[in-house]
Amino acid sequence: MDLTDKNFESEVLKSDQPVLVDFFAEWCGPCKMQAPIIEELEQEFAGKAKVLSLDVDANQQTASEFQVMSIPTLIFFKNGKAVERVMGLQRKDALVDKLNSLL
Amino acid sequence: MEKLVIIGSGPAGLTAGIYAARANLSPVVIEGDTPGGQLLWTTEVENFPGFETGVLGPELMQKMQKQATRFGSKLIGESVISVDFSQKPFKITTNKQTFEAESVIIASGARSRMLGLPKDKEYLGKGLHTCATCDGAFYRGKIVAVIGGGDSAMEDANFLSKFAEKVIIIHRRDALSASQIMQARAKNNPKIEFAYTSEVIEYSGSNGRIGELKLLNSQTKETSILKVDGIFMAIGHIPNTEPFVGQIKLGKNGYIEPINWVYTDVPGIFVAGDVADWRYRQAVTAAGFGCMAALEVEKYLAGKE
Repeated sequence: MDLTDKNFESEVLKSDQPVLVDFFAEWCGPCKMQAPIIEELEQEFAGKAKVLSLDVDANQQTASEFQVMSIPTLIFFKNGKAVERVMGLQRKDALVDKLNSLL
Repeated sequence: MEKLVIIGSGPAGLTAGIYAARANLSPVVIEGDTPGGQLLWTTEVENFPGFETGVLGPELMQKMQKQATRFGSKLIGESVISVDFSQKPFKITTNKQTFEAESVIIASGARSRMLGLPKDKEYLGKGLHTCATCDGAFYRGKIVAVIGGGDSAMEDANFLSKFAEKVIIIHRRDALSASQIMQARAKNNPKIEFAYTSEVIEYSGSNGRIGELKLLNSQTKETSILKVDGIFMAIGHIPNTEPFVGQIKLGKNGYIEPINWVYTDVPGIFVAGDVADWRYRQAVTAAGFGCMAALEVEKYLAGKE
């Protein structure tokens, strides 16, 4: 599912499950490599954790609120708080480990 | 035990994977931290033969990945931490497991050089960037600095000028080393300014973001403060050879100097791509290099039997 400035609070900050948000843009090369990994995680963690994407160009308010100045940036949320962030293309295994640690 | 382990997943590693897989060597490709390599940080690649209208770097790498797996390469999303090439089988240890192999192709590539200042890590991605095409668009209407004097510095500065209000190229020498055509393009760009004989000696800022650079002018020995919103590195590359120190012979600046095209001083260990090439560093040369290494591995393994 695509996140927006409007649904960010309800989908991420008020989520019962841990959430991984992939901040991306259409023009960003590494984001294109990250996207299929994010889709796989979304399916594999369905029911346990949410894995969502946010287009930083279309949703500048949220991007600037979290001071995203380099993409891809991936932020892990738990109980409404950003608990960890990583920048640059991330391998699947590292993200799986991190998500499992938050369950 | 594996017949062949390929370390790296850029054009060199994946081309080696395609050739080795087609030769029934079932190669294991250890992808490293950035699966796909340096082309991930580019946008349009316009000089790769066969793509007459250009191809996105990440898209090209996805195609190479699919082509390599189609013939039976096994892509492993792990990073090599250490190797033991002192006896056979060779041992390659990643962050998760240890592989044993009869032969190895090192195609681990190179990465952007940083200034080596204490706050490099602290500000990375927070005003300090290594990829203009990735992060440039965050600097709409802002002031940015590009460090370097070569072609990539000129290219980055021109790209950044599409977004930024002003781009300052900071170079430690009194003349640029970029090609004439790239220099002319930058010098004719009204948004680009130059600071020669200048070195960044410190970053500072507020709220965890870079706001100021301290510059040392090597001629006047004076220091000055330059206010910027962001700074982009374009001062060359460092080969990714750390895990191989003491295992094979390294040459100038840590690069592997190939013997007879793709051999190293250890029989059974081969090399391809930017990790052995500071001169050309092109996707197409890396791919060709990977092909040559795989063909030699094939001969080497056949000779052993």
